[in-house]
Amino acid sequence: MVARGCGGVWRRLRQRCAVRPGSGPFPRGERAVACNARGGMMSAGKSGLTPWIPVVGLEIHAQISSNSKLFSGSQVQFAAPPNSLVSFFDASLPGTLPVLNRRCVEAAVMTGLALNCHINKKSLFDRKHYFYADLPAGYQITQQRVPIAVNGSLSYSLCIDNKMSQMVTKTVRIKQIQLEQDSGKSLHDDARSQTLVDLNRAGVGLMELVMEPDMCCGEEAAAAVRELQLILQTLGSSQAVMAEGQLRVDANVSVHHPGEPYGVRTEVKNINSIRFLAKAVDYEIQRQIEELGNGGTISNETRAFDSKLGCTVPMRDKEGKQDYRFMPEPNLPPLILYDAKSLPANMNHQQVINIDWIRERLPDLPSVKREKLVEQYGILPEHSFTLLNEDGLPEFFENVVKQTQMKPKKVIGWILNDLLSYLKQHSLTVKESPVSSFLLADLLNLLEKKEISSTAAKQVMAIKAGNQKVLNKLIGLVQKKTQGRSNPVLVKQLLEKKLSE
Amino acid sequence: MLRSSLRQVSAALKEGRVTPTELCQRCLALIKSTKFLNAYITVTEETALKQAEESEKRRKRGQPLGILDGIPIAVKDNFNTAGIETTCASNMLKGYISPYNATVVQKLLDQGAVLLGKTNLDEFAMGSGSTDGVFGPVRNPWSYSKQYKEKSVPKSHSEDEEYNWVITGGSSGGSAAAVSSFTCFAALGSDTGGSTRNPAAHCGVVGLKPTYGLISRHGLIPLVNSMDVPGILTRCVDDAAVLLGSLAGHDPKDSTTIQDDFKPFELPDLPDVSKLSIGIPKEYHAPGLSSEILSLWSKAADLFKNAGAKVVEVSLPHTRYSIVCYHVLCTAEVASNMARFDGLEYGHRSDVKDSTESMYAATRREGFNDVVRGRILSGNYFLLKQNYEKYFVKAQKVRRLIANDFGKVFGSGVDILLTPTTLSDAVPYTEFIQEDNRTRSAQDDILTQAANMAGLPAINVPTALSERGLPVGLQFIGRSFQEKQLLTVAKWFEKQVQFPVIQLEEAERHDNGVFQHQKSASFS
Repeated sequence: MVARGCGGVWRRLRQRCAVRPGSGPFPRGERAVACNARGGMMSAGKSGLTPWIPVVGLEIHAQISSNSKLFSGSQVQFAAPPNSLVSFFDASLPGTLPVLNRRCVEAAVMTGLALNCHINKKSLFDRKHYFYADLPAGYQITQQRVPIAVNGSLSYSLCIDNKMSQMVTKTVRIKQIQLEQDSGKSLHDDARSQTLVDLNRAGVGLMELVMEPDMCCGEEAAAAVRELQLILQTLGSSQAVMAEGQLRVDANVSVHHPGEPYGVRTEVKNINSIRFLAKAVDYEIQRQIEELGNGGTISNETRAFDSKLGCTVPMRDKEGKQDYRFMPEPNLPPLILYDAKSLPANMNHQQVINIDWIRERLPDLPSVKREKLVEQYGILPEHSFTLLNEDGLPEFFENVVKQTQMKPKKVIGWILNDLLSYLKQHSLTVKESPVSSFLLADLLNLLEKKEISSTAAKQVMAIKAGNQKVLNKLIGLVQKKTQGRSNPVLVKQLLEKKLSE
Repeated sequence: MLRSSLRQVSAALKEGRVTPTELCQRCLALIKSTKFLNAYITVTEETALKQAEESEKRRKRGQPLGILDGIPIAVKDNFNTAGIETTCASNMLKGYISPYNATVVQKLLDQGAVLLGKTNLDEFAMGSGSTDGVFGPVRNPWSYSKQYKEKSVPKSHSEDEEYNWVITGGSSGGSAAAVSSFTCFAALGSDTGGSTRNPAAHCGVVGLKPTYGLISRHGLIPLVNSMDVPGILTRCVDDAAVLLGSLAGHDPKDSTTIQDDFKPFELPDLPDVSKLSIGIPKEYHAPGLSSEILSLWSKAADLFKNAGAKVVEVSLPHTRYSIVCYHVLCTAEVASNMARFDGLEYGHRSDVKDSTESMYAATRREGFNDVVRGRILSGNYFLLKQNYEKYFVKAQKVRRLIANDFGKVFGSGVDILLTPTTLSDAVPYTEFIQEDNRTRSAQDDILTQAANMAGLPAINVPTALSERGLPVGLQFIGRSFQEKQLLTVAKWFEKQVQFPVIQLEEAERHDNGVFQHQKSASFS
């Protein structure tokens, strides 16, 4: 069952909040629009104005996590010295030919399976032509006609009105996943009016995922991308770190009135975090509503999100509409995949990719992991989301549970409320936590046995998490217990020794 | 010595009758005295002598790397050669030194062959005359042969020799001329629409275009990736089999090569064609086919008949669409393949620096000749979104039909097809350049190009001399990957026709014949 979009209808912002003149359609920093995640139609409002329905689709490029590039043997590595990872093929030296990297194909198949796609047993490669300094061959090898995976779906959850207790699950259709080459990077040196080209990234394998326009607001787009990110990371098919460009999201946004065809869409690029994705989409929806409301029109253009200004701006259109002059890549035979049924008996195992073999080895996806956590430990579904949201956190939780008599339902509170907030204060990840699962379990056991108070436990945790100031509070507690008969310096030394154990 | 076959000279090397260095030096000397042919763009004298020296050491130790060890060869200048200029006869790549060897070049070097130099061609192999490269046209050695001079020159004044020289055909004209003038024992060409077989026919040498996918294209600067095949030019069919054996097989660097290993073969000394069925495709009786060639063709068919083979007329109905279909597919791939020459990473870069775009435009205008630019333009036109279905997709479908024609004929029991290679013997340069490259290519490729469309192996076997004393060849087309059968038939035919040896003053001067000339009993 595929739920398409949320059917949310937005009114013109003017109806809800005042717009300061000269500050753009909505005040900076203020939440532009709220998503109607319940999926119902919002009333047209008292004013009787026709409501707008926003439509959001996404095009996502995920860099495949592999040792070498899609069609060459050069290494893939982030932030290596410029042009240090460039093979003859990557530099498009005449006479070089592409050789498909098996690992990249497997990553795409894995991802396709995890996203409920149909895997095409025969897919094709095409050349897409355009001249650009960081595209040395003058074309990109991609899968325009028959991509490796099609017709999938991604389920994601988000909470209504920002309340963790009211989560709703939605589905976005995945149109296709195609394998393609990344381009290099152009660095423009305006001072000396020259362009420097770094080809380290040229030819790195990408999966382009096309999500159908089934979303209706920034929050949905963000939630879908976050879930995708978790899936890719679980599979290991992409590290999917947006800040490192391993996950690049372009959003297609349009608005229309109910019962009318979709509006003209714009494409928003330059979005480099999930938070900015939500902002960019919401801004763009609001801008289009404003524009149309003022009697203007939307043109089919590419816009860039300016994270500093929090708005989208038209991108310099290179040379009008590009004709990419697609043609089949003649140097690569069709990519043939097998399943258990079609696998030829005498085929060398190294030479073929068996879809069923990959399917059987898929790890538990985040949704399954969450269900298992809820089932096994009786925690709330929303807690399972928070646990999965950080790499290593579910394992941390499970380790604590194993070592303590405290009920998992209570343990989760300690981890999500106390530990995480201490870590956040010190900008630490759970993997960097100074409070080990063993120590936390110990502490919780003392608490369970009522040997320490909950206040004391929190303070110990805080100190362990790096907050030395709390030490004085503990000294105070000891002083109180001993009715001032202890030596504060000695107490401090003893406490420090104990805590560093 | 220089006029012997590769296998013969290899035997001489083995027996110590000649050393690799002597052989290399003689070839280099002959290259110098036949410089007027313009067969070579680059002569790699120094490295060649070094390679010959290494070969000599191996031979002295009794550890040669095989039959090719010490054999002087030449390579068409569209194959990458590490450390040696690779120009494609274009301003775009003038001075370009590749950092790697094409797989075929590497294979030859690994087997001890001595690389004498890079041979001339039409710019980026686009042409059928070897007249359209930046280094000037290649002259057919037969223009200077006793045979041609006796028959043609008396008609005009002797000072017209400069006027009468004939083209080599192309685009591998430099390689064909090099083998034909005895400056090397074998040469690599490339064959996209006939570029190996056509000059082989005009220069009186064997020209083999193997099955697509049998020999690696890695390092061959492409013309049409889906049709390009490295070609082999030799003095006789047996030598072509030797070269094929040393080059064929899977290459991990070329995904379109066959997966299976290739088993080199030797051809029987006394081939038997009596059990074969030879097909004569009627469509190859093309407009413009010279009566001389037509009559040779039919005599050749009779030879097979007389030897007990079944000779049947067959039809390849879609052949006539081959030219126009090739035009679309070729230019489209050319447009795509040439996109990389933008002046950034390698090759020519214009001084125009107003903007990146203007630099691209000027670089490409300065770097490519009219032929290349014309093909890029038409190719991009065919690939436009609005034209793609109408031209490219349609041409692909026609290509399939052309290939199916062959499939049907071979499926009906025919083993080998026998056709002419060219419409006529080589024409004088002055006549050839009267027409533009496109018209000429369309005419000249007509008999050869269908084999590329279908990926089939085909070979030119020199057959006889024309009335003007110039070579004429016939073509055999075989089933995919059935090179052994194809070459066996070709060898039988070669034995029957006893094609005469070119009588070239320069070669005779450099060659104090250790071997007797082949008898010049011509097949007529």
